[in-house]
Amino acid sequence: MTLLTASKVKHYFGGLCAVSEFNLELQAGELMGVIGPNGAGKTTIFNLITGVYRASEGSIQFKGTELVGKTPHQITALRIGRTFQNIRLFRDLSVLDNVRIAHYAQSDYSPLEALLQIGRYRREEQRIIENSRRLLAIFHLEAMVGETAKNLPYGLQRRLEIARALAIGPELLLLDEPAAGMNPNEIDLLMEFIQWIRKEFNLTILLIEHQMKLVMGICERLKVLDFGETIADGTPEQIQNNPKVLEAYLGRGQSDEWGGRRFGRYPAGCARSGGHLRWHQGVARGFLLGRQR
Amino acid sequence: MKNSAYIETREWLAAQRWLLPVLILTGFGLAFAIPEYGLLNKYVQLVIMYVGINIILATSLNLVNGYMGEFSLAHAGFMAVGAYTSALLTMKVLPVADYPGLFPLAVLAGGLVAAVFGLIVAVPSFKTRGDYLALITLAFLMIVKSLIENIDAIGGPRGIPGIRKLTTLPWVFFWVVMSIWVIRNFVYSKYGRGVLSVREDEIASDLMSVNTRRVKFLAFMLSSFFAGIAGGLFAHVLQFISPRVFDIIKSTDILIMVYLGGIASLGGSILGATVYTVLLELLRPSNFAALVSWLPDALFEPLNQYFIQHLGVWRMVIMPLALVLVMIFWPRGIMGLREFRWFIPKRDLDAHQHHTEHESRHDASHRQ
Ligand SMILES: Nc1ncnc2c1ncn2[C@@H]1O[C@H](COP(=O)(O)OP(=O)(O)O)[C@@H](O)[C@H]1O
Ligand SMILES: [Mg+2]
Repeated sequence: MTLLTASKVKHYFGGLCAVSEFNLELQAGELMGVIGPNGAGKTTIFNLITGVYRASEGSIQFKGTELVGKTPHQITALRIGRTFQNIRLFRDLSVLDNVRIAHYAQSDYSPLEALLQIGRYRREEQRIIENSRRLLAIFHLEAMVGETAKNLPYGLQRRLEIARALAIGPELLLLDEPAAGMNPNEIDLLMEFIQWIRKEFNLTILLIEHQMKLVMGICERLKVLDFGETIADGTPEQIQNNPKVLEAYLGRGQSDEWGGRRFGRYPAGCARSGGHLRWHQGVARGFLLGRQR
Repeated sequence: MKNSAYIETREWLAAQRWLLPVLILTGFGLAFAIPEYGLLNKYVQLVIMYVGINIILATSLNLVNGYMGEFSLAHAGFMAVGAYTSALLTMKVLPVADYPGLFPLAVLAGGLVAAVFGLIVAVPSFKTRGDYLALITLAFLMIVKSLIENIDAIGGPRGIPGIRKLTTLPWVFFWVVMSIWVIRNFVYSKYGRGVLSVREDEIASDLMSVNTRRVKFLAFMLSSFFAGIAGGLFAHVLQFISPRVFDIIKSTDILIMVYLGGIASLGGSILGATVYTVLLELLRPSNFAALVSWLPDALFEPLNQYFIQHLGVWRMVIMPLALVLVMIFWPRGIMGLREFRWFIPKRDLDAHQHHTEHESRHDASHRQ
């Protein structure tokens, strides 16, 4: 089943064409990566899908529902969860409240029921707390429910952001550079972790990355963007051998990430795909506990 | 040692949640008994009523300025709407002379009409934030004032004299309890958490499925509703209302109560309103003169001549200055973002308590 379709999506910021002719067909259960250098338009695509910006042209459909023109909360309520490239937690609120807030669309009681404490209010609030606590326990954050989000260490903030996105109850999860600021060791753990939540929460994942290692390791399909244009599309193997990609990035040679050296460092990394889960052996757990492997 | 005893007592007190309903009932009892048996003199009774009305104003303004993080100057405007609506009802429409039981209906109507006016501020808040929204609220206040001034049927700039004194201590107490209870219920619901998330990061809030327009709309409506209620009660204590009563100074007074008590705290608004109202009373010439009468004449006379007799003017200097000083040196106010624990639903307390228990267990297992 096709979960998400984007056809001929274009977006302009003033005169700048941030995304041009973006097409996408994401099957349910797939884990797809979008890669490209800084400023390629990756985050803009997430913002178009989730309604932060309205696409200048084209159509985006989620399970047959047109998303262009809908507000972010309407789109999110269709069960599309996301994280942000720069962590955007509700910094001054507690860990528990961060997760509870994401239950807004799924909890069913009216303002009047809330104001007078009648009807479904108590039952729903209880359910929200229980579900939030369950999620936080899965993410090994239950000891910090009362902590203010901004006081968590960086790694835990990233983890909380994913927990909050899962509180939406998403079918589709959009991860924007989840490995930002992590060392290679942590990235390994993160890869296992993403595979694990994908299976555990039955997710379809669209993942933006800047770090080649991560996408090459876990994505089944990749899209490569450059200056808003899709320059390649295929399996990690195909991408690695795609002359256009090689030309675009190897030829450029200006940055570490894309100058070819890094890119060429993981030729066989894609062999990791296939989603072998080792949660019980404590690998994904390693990420959760922040343990060094 | 003394400190730990204090903390222990505080913790013990916080755990005695049954005390809150008992205190409310006692309060009701006193609210009936005080005027009935003349337990306190009329002036003190009046001050208590002002304290109550100001608690309603401060808690409701806190919803917008504290929980939502906007800066509204419109509160006196909503208060005016409630005051005029209820006063016109009791004077021209409802036969309150024969049926005093109709008075609460008039107050309620004032609140409802004020809530409708709340829309006028809520709608711009969908698109505008911060300084610009603050300007819109200021404009709203000025529009309400000049509207009233220009409608002769409601007294124009002369106002409405001769309003019946229908506000009683029990009614004030009832509305204080209602406003705190309802706003508390709102704050600890998904809508209230939505308001908090809008304050933190509106776009992220929207992307976490919060209907940001809806929660803003609710916050403004609820806030202006209770401002209107307070206006109705106020009109029927003061017995005279005019556009001048509801000017920017009134709004500033309420702002000071909110920031003095502490933003996003109902306990803070109660304390802020109480402290400020009492201070304001002490700054009345007669009260202030009595307060400093122990000074030697050499000091008292010049103080009296240059300060005490002109306190009405000095007040306009002292109070805004107080607001500025509080916001600079004491931005978190008396309560400093904390809340009376009796106000926090048990469900929320339990959720957070679990954490301390868990932590101590965790610590214990570490030590082994
Ligand atoms: N709100 C905005 N206004 C104007 N230009 C923007 C805005 N957001 C992004 N851009 C521009 O669009 C291009 C794509 O940005 P972005 O999607 O953030 O790239 P990426 O996530 O791939 O690094 C960049 O040139 C960026 O400067
Ligand atoms: Mg980006």
